[in-house]
Amino acid sequence: MSSYTLDYLDQLESEAIHIFREVAGQFERPALLFSGGKDSIVLVHLALKAFRPGKFPFPLVHIDTGHNFEEALDFRDYLADKIGEKLIVRHVEDTIKAKGLTEQKGKLPSRNGLQTYTLLDTIEEFEFDACIGGARRDEEKARAKERIFSVRDEFGSWDPKLQRPELWNTYNGKINKGENVRVFPISNWTELDIWNYIRREKIELPSIYFAHEREVLEFEGRLVATNEFVQLHDDDVITRKVVRYRTVGDMTCTAAVESSASTLDDIINEIIATNTSERGQTRIDDRVSEAAMEDRKKNGYF
Amino acid sequence: MDILRFLTAGSVDDGKSTLIGRLLYDSKSIMVDQLEAIERSTKNREEGQVDLALLTDGLRAEREQGITIDVAYKYFSTPKRKFIIADTPGHIQYTRNMVTGASNSDLAIILIDARHGVVEQTRRHSIIVSLLNLPHVVVAINKMDLVKYSQDVYNDIVIDYAQVAKSLGLKNVSYIPISALNGDNIVEKAQTMPWYEGESLLGLLETVEVHEDINLTEGRFPVQYVIRPQTDELHDYRGYAGKIISGIYRKGDKVVVQPSGVESTISAVEIGGEEVEEAFAPQSAVLHLKDDVDISRGDMIVKQDAPVQVAQEFEVVLCWMSNTPLVPRNKYLLQINSRTVRCVVKELEYKLNVNTLEKELSPVSAGLNDVVKATIKTASPIAFDAYRKLRANGGAVLIDETSNVTVGACMISTEATEKPFWPEI
Repeated sequence: MSSYTLDYLDQLESEAIHIFREVAGQFERPALLFSGGKDSIVLVHLALKAFRPGKFPFPLVHIDTGHNFEEALDFRDYLADKIGEKLIVRHVEDTIKAKGLTEQKGKLPSRNGLQTYTLLDTIEEFEFDACIGGARRDEEKARAKERIFSVRDEFGSWDPKLQRPELWNTYNGKINKGENVRVFPISNWTELDIWNYIRREKIELPSIYFAHEREVLEFEGRLVATNEFVQLHDDDVITRKVVRYRTVGDMTCTAAVESSASTLDDIINEIIATNTSERGQTRIDDRVSEAAMEDRKKNGYF
Repeated sequence: MDILRFLTAGSVDDGKSTLIGRLLYDSKSIMVDQLEAIERSTKNREEGQVDLALLTDGLRAEREQGITIDVAYKYFSTPKRKFIIADTPGHIQYTRNMVTGASNSDLAIILIDARHGVVEQTRRHSIIVSLLNLPHVVVAINKMDLVKYSQDVYNDIVIDYAQVAKSLGLKNVSYIPISALNGDNIVEKAQTMPWYEGESLLGLLETVEVHEDINLTEGRFPVQYVIRPQTDELHDYRGYAGKIISGIYRKGDKVVVQPSGVESTISAVEIGGEEVEEAFAPQSAVLHLKDDVDISRGDMIVKQDAPVQVAQEFEVVLCWMSNTPLVPRNKYLLQINSRTVRCVVKELEYKLNVNTLEKELSPVSAGLNDVVKATIKTASPIAFDAYRKLRANGGAVLIDETSNVTVGACMISTEATEKPFWPEI
């Protein structure tokens, strides 16, 4: 009987596929939030395993902040085209114009808060009842408490004290009109699990994840790619460095790490050896307060 | 490398959060920036050591009040295993959270404060572990540093707990004397307790055999979704997508579709879009049948050699999880794996005191955190197994149709399976 054992990656994969199929079985208008980042690329790979040779029972949806890396956007379009699935893109820029929203000021103006407006509008426009996302519980303390099926009200708010108990592998996706569910199939994966899975499955990634030379601004110990959105001053230290991205978010709130890792093996070795967490090393937006993520989630952020 | 999912039962007073913090810290799963954040928080409070408990208290209210109010999941790995910890609060008002955490766990760590020994809370946690039928229990006798690492204190607690374990029919119980604060017997064997001959806690967690807990003999395949591409080249493709919750499925196997009872034969098994010889629990797969039968979400493809129970009325042990009380004759949705049906909770036979195991007969209602024995009748038949026999097909949730909230957790019981462990239930 000893051969009937599953490796941890197989177990995680099977659990994620099960969650995908629960979404397909329980909801009428689901969507897969897809950014071109590694976690959402893994989601697409898992969805292929869950539904092929059929089509996805949902479109891919990207909320484009306008501050995205070109490499991620190109990859987003390339992958959607390659697998022949529908891609819907909505722009934060359009929401800002249409609603007269005010952009954040400062050296690294983030559109993270504004992104929520566009996401909620998009959910309303297409009447999505479930949005599948690539959040993981190991990323952050507030996420560690979130359910796999996380019910949000019409303002997208997460109420941590009113979460539904989630038992066994039974996911309750029942909602009222106007509510929606955020679904996180890779909740139980860690950063290292994601990379090991990408290596095992030979999943393609945007080049930005591998070492490359780039002009960067040194800002509070972080390396931020210089771009049209970063407000530069004369005394800023700008250098060219060999870097890679450990996470890919907005250009204004994602920092690069100095690295010569050019293969998946190199990257995995670096992650095993690192003493800094993924978000801690690369996300500028989490450092505002200890409860930064919790507050954003309550306001409808992913 | 496989996965062990475990639950930690205890309160902050028992050093539960410290224990988890210690496991994460000593397995190097805590990063420098996370530690710095804790150090900042610790400075905001009182002087002294870094408070490892802050690692698991994720929500602002919890940090402010120094309590745990929900289930938090934590992750760490060693070269041998990936671990998923369900960190649940221990006080009686959080019984439902512990039930939730236990439902997905292979093992429970029950924390006992060496100074206090087996107390009411220990019994309650053990009763819940027994109700949820966890296959493994580790009794961690903590704060050994505060009893001068006394072997006598440890032995007395082991003797006391063995009584509890026996009365509840707990399986595979191990005992470890630890000091979570100092890291004694957590990752390494402690110098302070040379009389203890067993493994360290991590050593035990790494080697506990969990694979045997997966049932490979009784084939159960709840259909979640039907894949029908309906393209020219795949015109007749009709695949039943689901997760094998127990058993093994091969081409040529005789199966019965429940609850309709229609018989057929497996014509192909696919995983990840590719045909395979066989698939087994807990793999997600796609099954094809030889005959053109009517199957949709909520049906179960059962191996013919291992019949499942199909019924509309059955008994359950039920943990109530809502502030709105459960009153007999109330109607709910019952969700078991992929099947959701209307149901009515008929009479409540008794309410179980989770501290003492005493029974209150024929209660008029059940409130939040109450555990009751009840009879449920469903609008249409469901295919199930007794929870104690096959966990994967014996657990169901109740959903309030008016609020859509999950209000109850049911462990389906049949007398034959329950009696050995729960002589009086």
